[in-house]
Amino acid sequence: MTSTELAVEAEGLVKVFGSNRAVDGVDLRVQAGTVYGVLGPNGAGKTTTISMLATLLKPDGGTGRVFGHDVVKEANIVRQLIGVTGQYASVDEKLSANENLYIFGRLLGLSGKQAKAKSAELLEAFGLTDAAKRPLAKFSGGMRRRLDLAASLIAQPPLIFLDEPTTGLDPRTRGQMWDTIRSLVATGSTVLLTTQYLDEADQLADRIAVIDTGKVVAEGTADELKASVGTSSLILRLTDRNDTGEALRIIAEVFGVQGTPSPEAGRITAPMSDPDRVTDLLLAFRGAGIRLAEFSVQKPTLDEVFLTITGHGVATDAVEDTEEVRA
Amino acid sequence: MTTIATNRIVPASERRLKNHTSIAQTVRNSLVMAYRGLVKFRRTPEQFFDVTLQPILFTVMFTFLFGGALAGDIQKYLPTIIPGVLAQTVITASVVTGVQLREDMDKGVFDRFRSLPIARIAPLAGALTADTLRYAIATTITFLTGIAIGWRPEGGVLGLVLAGLLIVAVAWAISWIFAFFGVIARTASSVQGISFMVLFPLTFLSNAYVNTATMPGWLRWFADVNPVSHVITAMRNIVAAQPVGADVWWTLLGAAVMVAVFAPLTVRAYMRKA
Ligand SMILES: Nc1ncnc2c1ncn2[C@@H]1O[C@H](COP(=O)(O)OP(=O)(O)OP(=O)(O)O)[C@@H](O)[C@H]1O
Ligand SMILES: [Mg+2]
Repeated sequence: MTSTELAVEAEGLVKVFGSNRAVDGVDLRVQAGTVYGVLGPNGAGKTTTISMLATLLKPDGGTGRVFGHDVVKEANIVRQLIGVTGQYASVDEKLSANENLYIFGRLLGLSGKQAKAKSAELLEAFGLTDAAKRPLAKFSGGMRRRLDLAASLIAQPPLIFLDEPTTGLDPRTRGQMWDTIRSLVATGSTVLLTTQYLDEADQLADRIAVIDTGKVVAEGTADELKASVGTSSLILRLTDRNDTGEALRIIAEVFGVQGTPSPEAGRITAPMSDPDRVTDLLLAFRGAGIRLAEFSVQKPTLDEVFLTITGHGVATDAVEDTEEVRA
Repeated sequence: MTTIATNRIVPASERRLKNHTSIAQTVRNSLVMAYRGLVKFRRTPEQFFDVTLQPILFTVMFTFLFGGALAGDIQKYLPTIIPGVLAQTVITASVVTGVQLREDMDKGVFDRFRSLPIARIAPLAGALTADTLRYAIATTITFLTGIAIGWRPEGGVLGLVLAGLLIVAVAWAISWIFAFFGVIARTASSVQGISFMVLFPLTFLSNAYVNTATMPGWLRWFADVNPVSHVITAMRNIVAAQPVGADVWWTLLGAAVMVAVFAPLTVRAYMRKA
């Protein structure tokens, strides 16, 4: 395996539902052994894109390749190389966790004994051993998600698709899922995940594609994306909040831009285009007798990236467009 | 849960991959899917009412309801009615195959089956195979109920087994029709709707309960060519240790035609969705 091997290569993928171009010319290149994040709001086309790459949907245009194998012409080979954890639980509700994994294991060609052992091993790894025999109807959302991921790992596939792996999980369970994903990559897997959460992409993904209304609107590492929207911010907290007015005046004078005071804690945020001017600013503060309680530099968040690139925010969209459509 | 796989993942380039599924694999996958069907049965015993309680109810009810009027006495009616009720029960049970297939295909787990490197046809073939168990249960219970109310077939156990195998095979063949509806329909309840429109004429317009000689000409014509009449006649002769004649061949031919027509249609429609 060379370091430049591509796990996923999509060129101009298109999927049309009626008059809706759900995926409209998506290009993706995912290096083997990395985590790739596809970030976008509800209805952006994330699930549809993954479904085409995972051979669940036929593309209406463009090509997709998984480790060099065409997802349409060599679908069966592609299926031998992938594990898919869909956005919606894809395990059998009527069966127990044990039975689910056993049956998937048998379908994947394991012997009865191997399938039992594999199922026990995965249930153990995902902390589901105690619940192994219970029907899934009694599982919590987090347990279901974990079982779903466990089911995708039976064949130890080199590429794993995770469609919104942490949507609906509490912060602790989400943290565990992140650890799991990291440990998958540590064993040599490639992970392509989608998410609506900017911090999740930031935390996990080596590279990120931002997609909106079926198109890739930005691509790069988290840092590159942040850099593309420009400047970092200087964040100051004053010991005495009564100095806020004077501090803002000095910032305007030294930086030539307006700082933004946040009302609650005497905090000021100011765009910092030239780090060299910070020295001048601090000296000016000392001269004016303004004391600082805290001082930090913040790179732009992906929220800002998203806003800048798409011209609309994520949060508002999520509220307006909560309708879920199964692919 | 941080240690997922202790062993390193085999890179894609070092794997042996093939783009086709062999017949042996297709059979193996289908059997696993059939096994899954059986495990599900165990979890949902209420799905067995139509093949457990219903045969008892129908056998007892129709025997005592029609027996006196149609055969003069209950005992004489039993050799006529038992194969008739059996055919109706088992064929009705095969409708459920289509309904459940539709329900199953709407579930998320089907997405996983579709993402696995297994024979595309396996979930379909497995479902149909698992259902033969339901038909076998219905057959056994109908026979036992008949014997309990005084039926004494001359053909003995062998006759019952042969007749049972015949009807299970026919029900399996017919279940392809309902599987087809199951695959093309939008919802499970519409499968039920369409299926019963096929089912009622097929089972009632036959010699299941009455001698076709009593029917008006056009109806009699239909009842006589109806494959269900042939399987019933064949079963009556088998369990009574009579020569079976052409009815068995007509039955098997009818079953083969049904499979030949509906299996490819179903598979094609199914593959398009799968
Ligand atoms: N089977 C389908 N039939 C018709 N339209 C569909 C189908 N699947 C998806 N769509 C439409 O395609 C668009 C993209 O949907 P998709 O599910 O890929 O978005 P998503 O990015 O996964 O969104 P979410 O975050 O809500 O899961 C949406 O407008 C959706 O309504
Ligand atoms: Mg989605």
